[in-house]
Amino acid sequence: MAFTFAAFCYMLSLVLCAALIFFAIWHIIAFDELRTDFKSPIDQCNPVHARERLRNIERICFLLRKLVLPEYSIHSLFCIMFLCAQEWLTLGLNVPLLFYHFWRYFHCPADSSELAYDPPAVMNADTLSYCQKEAWCKLAFYLLSFFYYLYWAPSTARPFGPSLVAPSPHVSIRGTRTETLHGSHAPRRGTLGHYMRVLTILLMVCNLVLIR
Amino acid sequence: MSAPAESPHPAASARIPPKLGGAAASGAAAPAGPGPAPHQQNGPAQNQMHVPSGYGLHPQNYIAPSGHYPQGPGKMTSLPLDSQCGDYYSGLYIVPTQNVVTPNTANQQPGAQQMYGRGPPAPHIVGSTPGPFQGAASSASHLHTSASQPYSPFVNHYSSPAMYSANSSVASQGFPSTCGHYAMSTVSNAAYPSVSYPSLPAGDPYGQQMFTSQNAPTVRPVRDNSFSGHSTAISHSSPLPPPPSHQYHQQQSLSGCSTLSWSASGLPSTQDNLLRNHGGSLATANSNPTNTVADSLSCPVMQNVQPLKSSPVVSSVLSGASSTRTPPAANRPVEPVASVTQPSELLQQKGVDSSSTTSSASPVPNSYDALEGGSYPDMLSSSASSPAPDPAPEPDPAPASAPTAPQPSKMAKPFGYGYPTLQPGYQNATAPLNSGVPPSSPVYSGFQQYAQYPGMNQLSSSLGGLSLQSSPQPESLRPVNLTQERNILPMTPVWAPVPNLNLDLKKLNCSPDSFRCTLTNIPQTQALLNKAKLPLGLLLHPFRDLTQLPVITSNTIVRCRSCRTYINPFVSFIDQRRWKCNLCYRVNDVPEEFMYNPLTRSYGEPHKRPEVQNSTVEFIASSDYMLRPPQPAVYLFVLDVSHNAVEAGYLTILCQSLLENLDKLPGDSRTRIGFMTFDSTIHFYNLQEGLSQPQMLIVSDIDDVFLPTPDSLLVNLYESKELIKDLLNALPNMFTNTRETHSALGPALQAAFKLMSPTGGRVSVFQTQLPSLGAGLLQSREDPNQRSSTKVVQHLGPATDFYKKLALDCSGQQTAVDLFLLSSQYSDLASLACMSKYSAGCIYYYPSFHYTHNPSQAEKLQKDLKRYLTRKIGFEAVMRIRCTKGLSMHTFHGNFFVRSTDLLSLANINPDAGFAVQLSIEENLTDTSLVCFQTALLYTSSKGERRIRVHTLCLPVVSSLADVYAGVDVQAAICLLANMAVDRSISSSLSDARDALVNAVVDSLSAYGSTVSNLQHSALIAPSSLKLFPLYVLALLKQKAFRTGTSTRLDDRVYAMCQIKCQPLVHLMKMIHPNLYRIDRLTDEGAIHVNDRVVPQPPLQKLSAEKLTREGAFLMDCGSVFYIWIGKSCDNNFIEDVLGYPNFASVPQKMTHLPELDTLSSERARSFITWLRDNRPLSPVLHVVKDESPAKTEFFQHLIEDRTEAAFSYYEFLLHIQQQICK
Repeated sequence: MAFTFAAFCYMLSLVLCAALIFFAIWHIIAFDELRTDFKSPIDQCNPVHARERLRNIERICFLLRKLVLPEYSIHSLFCIMFLCAQEWLTLGLNVPLLFYHFWRYFHCPADSSELAYDPPAVMNADTLSYCQKEAWCKLAFYLLSFFYYLYWAPSTARPFGPSLVAPSPHVSIRGTRTETLHGSHAPRRGTLGHYMRVLTILLMVCNLVLIR
Repeated sequence: MSAPAESPHPAASARIPPKLGGAAASGAAAPAGPGPAPHQQNGPAQNQMHVPSGYGLHPQNYIAPSGHYPQGPGKMTSLPLDSQCGDYYSGLYIVPTQNVVTPNTANQQPGAQQMYGRGPPAPHIVGSTPGPFQGAASSASHLHTSASQPYSPFVNHYSSPAMYSANSSVASQGFPSTCGHYAMSTVSNAAYPSVSYPSLPAGDPYGQQMFTSQNAPTVRPVRDNSFSGHSTAISHSSPLPPPPSHQYHQQQSLSGCSTLSWSASGLPSTQDNLLRNHGGSLATANSNPTNTVADSLSCPVMQNVQPLKSSPVVSSVLSGASSTRTPPAANRPVEPVASVTQPSELLQQKGVDSSSTTSSASPVPNSYDALEGGSYPDMLSSSASSPAPDPAPEPDPAPASAPTAPQPSKMAKPFGYGYPTLQPGYQNATAPLNSGVPPSSPVYSGFQQYAQYPGMNQLSSSLGGLSLQSSPQPESLRPVNLTQERNILPMTPVWAPVPNLNLDLKKLNCSPDSFRCTLTNIPQTQALLNKAKLPLGLLLHPFRDLTQLPVITSNTIVRCRSCRTYINPFVSFIDQRRWKCNLCYRVNDVPEEFMYNPLTRSYGEPHKRPEVQNSTVEFIASSDYMLRPPQPAVYLFVLDVSHNAVEAGYLTILCQSLLENLDKLPGDSRTRIGFMTFDSTIHFYNLQEGLSQPQMLIVSDIDDVFLPTPDSLLVNLYESKELIKDLLNALPNMFTNTRETHSALGPALQAAFKLMSPTGGRVSVFQTQLPSLGAGLLQSREDPNQRSSTKVVQHLGPATDFYKKLALDCSGQQTAVDLFLLSSQYSDLASLACMSKYSAGCIYYYPSFHYTHNPSQAEKLQKDLKRYLTRKIGFEAVMRIRCTKGLSMHTFHGNFFVRSTDLLSLANINPDAGFAVQLSIEENLTDTSLVCFQTALLYTSSKGERRIRVHTLCLPVVSSLADVYAGVDVQAAICLLANMAVDRSISSSLSDARDALVNAVVDSLSAYGSTVSNLQHSALIAPSSLKLFPLYVLALLKQKAFRTGTSTRLDDRVYAMCQIKCQPLVHLMKMIHPNLYRIDRLTDEGAIHVNDRVVPQPPLQKLSAEKLTREGAFLMDCGSVFYIWIGKSCDNNFIEDVLGYPNFASVPQKMTHLPELDTLSSERARSFITWLRDNRPLSPVLHVVKDESPAKTEFFQHLIEDRTEAAFSYYEFLLHIQQQICK
């Protein structure tokens, strides 16, 4: 197959999806830090610490807020691209999250210029655990879509993996699940796709290690 | 009963028991009367006691049957506590006390508190030796009931620590609590005469033995006597001598009924013993005519006892008993006796009577069962109380219900007789007691008395769940057909239900004024909670003004090593050296220092330490708790001096108040003060010592504010006092000719923040218009045409983040911003309020303030300022709420910033701030029978001391839905719902919030209908504990914050929301559901005494125009406003005597004061209003509203049971709910 627009979409999504995964991981860590004050109880009561802690919270919330728009726009970009590429299945998988993002974005308290994550509100244990859960769910979703773009997409769109470097028996067949799996588990050494996969996975692992 | 009297504190009672058993008993007996009451009480108690003593044989433990007697008193029910104590340390304490105890049982309740204070009253003598002890026991029981009172008895606590400790220890153990629960349930049965008597308190003996190996050694025949006298109560043949505490229990054993039921369930063998004992006791009782009270009590009891064996028989007997009891309930007969013994105190007599009834049960066993039994009496008392329309506020929810429902008649009637009469007596008694106590106490004492009642209710409810037989349901579970109940509102104020705990724990438990939970029975699982569809949460008033507060100075503050919980009365001591945390169950060591008790100067009794005797204590923190020196008190006033502000004239009032109260500002020699004013520029005042006059520095660069002289703007109050006074005298006239209309509030706040950053403190902002310049400027967002819109109410949230961010910055620098908004126009309170909300400040709002055109507002500002300037204040505070493992907190309500999920950062804390917390159950609570909540507030006092105030609340866990419903605290639930609804209206929409409120009622009632009651579904049935729920929700829907369809200014609405968020429960309830009294016929019937004043207690009227007769005058207490409505044909005598005008026509339209006339009715009316005004954070303004005056619409808005153009009447609302349920 040729390097179609769809293939391009998947490639770009793959890269951006990695970014989204980092966002999600960062969210999880941020909420965790908001939730737990690592100081000892006595330190916590110390007014000096109070200031630090408060600054910390404000800083985190500020960052969280700054990340909202990029995340949402990246995701909407996916959807638009898949729409253009007429990848209905992939689009269908992403639409629920798209709607959720729209809802989150526009369902903020009226009159407030704040998008979300305003310190007093986010420090509410209820909100915090909701955000935490949301971040975990998103992480799971992005991870799954990452692998979906990585394996399933190439087999459907035949970007470069098999088609560019070494056409394989199933190249011309629209991927079924088994074929996909087969393709994924036995990528040929030396293909561009293989290197890309290895590279991204390595990158992710590094990031995870670094973040933790 | 005489809650007030008891008020002294549970702790006090605890102390007493050992030493002053008799005295305590007397105190208990005289519920109301402070001084005299106890004596009388003792007397009656003694009488009863004596009889029993003769019999001596009964084991104290068994007393349970006697418990019935206490029913009348209800309050008495607390008895169980003692028993617990006994169990624990019975060995130690018991012996001495026992002897004393036996006689007094009857007296117990009321007297107990008093007892403590006074020591052993002479009156006891009458009872002879046994008398004192009984008294003590009774007192103990009282204590539990009087838990609310905890503070006063401080000292007492210490003296009698053993009792408490015992209790506490027991409580801590798993056993007691569970037993208690069951007992409670049974108790409820007891309340219904027929029910539970048959069952014996077998459990008690066991419990004792198990817990109290210690107890075993001492066996006391005396108890038998007491028991027999009482009501047979406790047949426990247990050889162990019942500790004094036990005796108490016995007295309580009225509750004993309940205990009996328990026993039945528990141990058959014990039952037999009990029965025998009872029989013996009965016989003895009969034989001894001397104790009239005792006899009367004992006789009924006797009957009961006999039936015990055969349960059916029992019921019949009970009825008989009840009939017999009625006379006792009448108590009056008893009273005379009491009076004889102690002629001095008439008032007390009533209390005594009640007490005596309860006390009769006293012989109850030490064991937990007994405790449970204690619960019974409460029930009874409550029921009794309820029938009688007490003028005074009864704490019990039950009473309220009782009056409304004739049904309960079986139980209630017998008791009822006695109660009505008793109550007044109590009140009186309480008043004196109070006087004895610290000044503030009087009011409380009255409350406390009532409080006892509520306990009963709760108990009953719990009992209902537990009860073995088909015994009648507890009062709080009695189904009420809402649509057919015409007078749903009780005649007396509704009191907080008392958790269904054993008496010891009840005594020790935190006052409901400081700490309340929406469900006094905590469901075991989240699933159960979901089924009940009720909100679970806590309502806190942590920094409340207290008259008695144990303050502990100690090098080591004992805390759990893993969860950092402070040691509290509900921990268990495994042995002398180790204690087990009641929140995380970790076993901790008792530090060496803790072994020594500074109060008694004894060693080796850690359970007697004040920390373990009081659920509310204050520690003076060591230097570990501060990393910087405590901050001084710093006050900064930021004043609007634009044209608008000068026109309104608030400066005069403020400066005047400040001048008057300058010396009363809380603080020490380091206190600092500063002033800033602003219009379109910012003015600073250099008050540095040494200047000849204040220097004004003007900063006109509002885009980049700086401090002209950072060092001399906040000055030491004492060093620069003259300059400050000069400034305050000059300020009102400095800006009279200003033409500046702009207001640069934002920059002024930024400057204030800079000024305060180094120290922290309090900033008081006075603002009169929309900020129009610089950062934080606001635009008008209100559309007047939308004021009465029924659809969308917008702009409830802030328009800008500026104020929120500023508040957070301030909070980080330990600065709180208090906002006084005095404006005649829209000022966007929704945005401005943020500056206080997140910095833990407070908000005051005076719509259309003008010093001459609106004198009532001016007066209100003056009074509020006085309170504001002089009230206590805590700086750089943090509050942490901990709860038993398995529960978790989410969503806090109030003014603060949440720093980590359970830590609230409070730059300032003031005594008028309330908080609410929502709870969820994360893990099943199946392995525990008690849950505890602890609030720890760490703050710097105005004197520069670091202090920690700790409140601990203990609640039972239940597994049945019925018990959950039985324990609903409807007021707390409503307040929590209101808080949640405010959040909802801001985050979602007002109509959402309104729907959610309606759904809360619909869900809970339909859940109740489908799971608990099997009655026909055509009727709208609610458990008695929830019967006021729909009414309160309707009231909320018609509240300014949530109403639609009625024209409401946006600022008014937002202010109401702010108040809902930060007012403590008591004040919030008045705001939601005002109290209406008829005041043209005030009488002294049922009046209470406060500070030598007689305060009449008129019954509550329901909020409906149908209650307003043209011939009457009515007072409506709306929390921050009082209205006196005068009917057209109101009696001219009243108008002349009280208002000072010859007739209706001559009464002016605007009248805000009652003249001080030298007539009886004027005196009564004024003393009643003054009493209502006391202890309000916002001093209410009085409006006299003539019928047909234009102001009457405001008055009629508060008649929430009536139909308005835009809202349902109460009946329509019920139909609406019913419709929703049937859907």
